[in-house]
Amino acid sequence: MTSNIDLVINFTYVISAALFIFGLKLLGHPSSARKGNLVSAVAMLLAIVVTLLDNNIVNFQWIAIAMLAGGVVGFFAARLVAMTDMPEMVSLLNGVGGLASVFVAWATIQSGAGLTAFILIVTFLALLIGGVTFSGSIVAWAKLSERITGRAVTFSGQAIVNVIIVLAIVATGYAFVAQPDFALSSAEVLYVALALSLLFGIMLVLPIGGADMPVVISLLNSYSGLAACAAGFALQNNILIVAGSLVGASGIILTNIMCKAMNRSLSNVLFSGFMAVHKSDMVIEGEVKPLSADDAFYVLEAAQSVVVIPGYGMAVAQAQHVMKELQIQLEENDCEVAYAIHPVAGRMPGHMNVLLAEADVSYEHLFEMDDINKRIENFDVAMVIGANDVVNPAAREMKGSPIYGMPVINADLAKNVFVLKRGMASGFAGIDNPLFFKPNTRMIFGDAKETLSSIVRQFND
Amino acid sequence: MEAIYLLFILLLSIFVGFELIQKVPATLHTPLMSGANAISGITVVGALALAGDETLGEYAMYLGAFAVFLATINVVGGYLVTDRMLAMFKKKQ
Repeated sequence: MTSNIDLVINFTYVISAALFIFGLKLLGHPSSARKGNLVSAVAMLLAIVVTLLDNNIVNFQWIAIAMLAGGVVGFFAARLVAMTDMPEMVSLLNGVGGLASVFVAWATIQSGAGLTAFILIVTFLALLIGGVTFSGSIVAWAKLSERITGRAVTFSGQAIVNVIIVLAIVATGYAFVAQPDFALSSAEVLYVALALSLLFGIMLVLPIGGADMPVVISLLNSYSGLAACAAGFALQNNILIVAGSLVGASGIILTNIMCKAMNRSLSNVLFSGFMAVHKSDMVIEGEVKPLSADDAFYVLEAAQSVVVIPGYGMAVAQAQHVMKELQIQLEENDCEVAYAIHPVAGRMPGHMNVLLAEADVSYEHLFEMDDINKRIENFDVAMVIGANDVVNPAAREMKGSPIYGMPVINADLAKNVFVLKRGMASGFAGIDNPLFFKPNTRMIFGDAKETLSSIVRQFND
Repeated sequence: MEAIYLLFILLLSIFVGFELIQKVPATLHTPLMSGANAISGITVVGALALAGDETLGEYAMYLGAFAVFLATINVVGGYLVTDRMLAMFKKKQ
């Protein structure tokens, strides 16, 4: 028997779902993206307000406190976070979303009302995915903020430990669904399931190294949606399923794009930490030719076109603002400046784009890898700022290199290549970069921010 | 039958999601992710039903209220931070 109120609520959910879809559609272009985000926020507000009309909701005291507290925390977190800390922020938000699903699942079990086998299965899934999302995101956050090492953490027997965890999760899941009376009467099964899912999340992310973070963040993003989706099944709530699966799908697509950009499969990214480190016995011929910032200035002053290829090192050196200053100087000098962004440059999808947007670089100056590769030979100078593996020509020309086959920006094909780098350490992948030894490459050693500032000073003089 | 009907919704939404997101340019990947994250805060709707229903018992209500708290952080934080980022994406003057 459906009451009129339920009808109103569910009809509003339909409108809400349409607005979410419309909002995501608008998010597809930079000029309409802000509006899209707003449309999606309106959809959320609508869904929340109409839910409060539900006849079953009689006690508003805790709801008011919880929403106020959550709103304040969310508001200040969003206002105060530095743009450079965005990968950490996104990880934390993923984690919080996962934890919310855990508590929804827990409350559903605790309420004990109308728990069929189907509802028990999906509730267990919500608990599991939510738990993995939460602990995985916390580990990702700790890695990104360098509270723990960013390198892959492995120990012997890790694979066996993981198999045991998975088997234990399956066993608790079985106990949950097949023996609900036992599972529900003793809270221990719930705690064990929760502990196992948290442990599994930690074990999933620990063996993944810093440069693979874009994949992990996208994947956790997807999980946070799938957890909401599973919670929707548990509560038989349509809007949770629709919104959750939209997020799940978006995360899966991003994960796929990131994996393709590294020419690796998802399982390779997730489990490569367990494999033996690839030792390459290939020797790269040639010598490294250093260049001073002063000499770089003379080349840049004469250049007609410059392509900038940023990487995680630019984020670390905080060099985006001074790069924008250099861009202005170059453009006043009638030089075309383009930025080439590799999909996995940085620590999350679109990391470089956010940093450059913060420095006021117009998105029309930013080009994707394929666009720039078509015309890279025409550029007088390619400036590689803190990027390494994403410009490694070994991916193109050295069969047997661990990154062979990965799509890279062909910086080495530009007329001149400047590599701004702290020292000669190899990139995350631990492989030498033949780019540094090419005849048209000059290495400008030192902090990228200082190097760029001194070039800008030269332009000003 | 209810389960099948819900699976239908799931299936169709996933396909819509795939279609929508495939067209998003790389420039917008970070705001897309944080915006999608805000949407995953939809859990708040489910949490509200649990937090306000006295028939479910006090314990379930407290757990539900905590879920409301967490999901609200997700919603408010997610939308605001996405808006902050998107405000920075500018065209050429």
